Amino acid sequence: MSEDFISPDIHHERISHKSQEKAHTGLNTKVIWRVFWILLLVTIFEVAISFTAISKEILLYTFITLTIVKAYFIVFYFMHMKFEETALKFSILLPFVLIVYLIFIAIYEGIAIGLINY
Amino acid sequence: MSTASTANFETKPWGGGYSPFNVRWGKLYMWIFLLSDAFTFSSLLIMYGALRHRWTDIWPFPGEVFTHFPFIHGHVPLAYVGLMTFILIMSSVTMVLAVDAGHSFKRKTVQLWLGLTIIGGLMFVGSQAWEWYHFIEGSEEGAFYLSDGRFARTDNLEPGVLLFHDGTRIEGAEAEHLKSTALKNVHGASLYENEYGPTPLFGNFFFFITGFHGFHVFSGVVINFIVFVLVTKGALDRKKDYELVEKVGLYWHFVDLVWVFVFTFFYLV
Repeated sequence: MSEDFISPDIHHERISHKSQEKAHTGLNTKVIWRVFWILLLVTIFEVAISFTAISKEILLYTFITLTIVKAYFIVFYFMHMKFEETALKFSILLPFVLIVYLIFIAIYEGIAIGLINY
Repeated sequence: MSTASTANFETKPWGGGYSPFNVRWGKLYMWIFLLSDAFTFSSLLIMYGALRHRWTDIWPFPGEVFTHFPFIHGHVPLAYVGLMTFILIMSSVTMVLAVDAGHSFKRKTVQLWLGLTIIGGLMFVGSQAWEWYHFIEGSEEGAFYLSDGRFARTDNLEPGVLLFHDGTRIEGAEAEHLKSTALKNVHGASLYENEYGPTPLFGNFFFFITGFHGFHVFSGVVINFIVFVLVTKGALDRKKDYELVEKVGLYWHFVDLVWVFVFTFFYLV
């Protein structure tokens, strides 16, 4: 019980100190700067290939993939999600399945409306 | 709560007696708020995608619209917005370094990194204002709604040349004739029309999405400044609790994350 921590605010949650300490050791200064370089290089790469003559479709899928890669690094490292409980990970990340669905139906509909011959 | 089971949290996080998320309510609530805000921004960006694809034959090319860079004459497509992305990513790094210093209760280090984050945020908001200024101002000749129904743009570097969406160009006497018989000459951008394309939607979405995001950046700067003052006054030392820096850090990273998506889908795609 000495590993426990009752939060001093009005909510009085009991937090497991042992788990918290494991969480805090994952992200240190070295890892932070490494993620920064990854984000910077990916961004430079994205801007660079946007000027090439690669087909628009390949460019589009490349951008989407690289943006998701950047989002992973920002959420999981900078926002500490990698080191959080699975329950928190799922609670926050699972609802985005709905967003993926919305992307498909909305873009598809948008294209379809544009193809109507008045 | 004191009569709850004392089961080991690691083997049974839902066994009772502990917060199953192992975070305090303030941090959990910030995550939940960010989830809702992410849905708001997703809806805006998805609607932008839907309408941009509906009007794909007249939608402007961002690489031809956002070509300004301070002190450089001529077109440097997307360079400025790339710089803005770099500034915001840098400020995210300084923010996470501030949070890291907070874990070790290093007050002066937190002040340094949080201060740099605030400066980065102000630089971003200032840059966005510069972008808006140039977007609203437009080019010297503007654009023309021609009498045959076509829409022609112009370019400051090529005076007298008419440019069309499919890449064709008309210059010389024919261009002058088309301009003189044009139905309308549009300059710059407003909520009703813009010189970049024959649809007001392009301007509307630019103002709303970048404006809504810029408002988030600005409010983040204000909140960061308040936390900076609290840290300086030693309030977090007295409470022996630097989690406030972590919570505003989550908000700041969210703002950076949204910009990554806006930058990709508005400017690159």
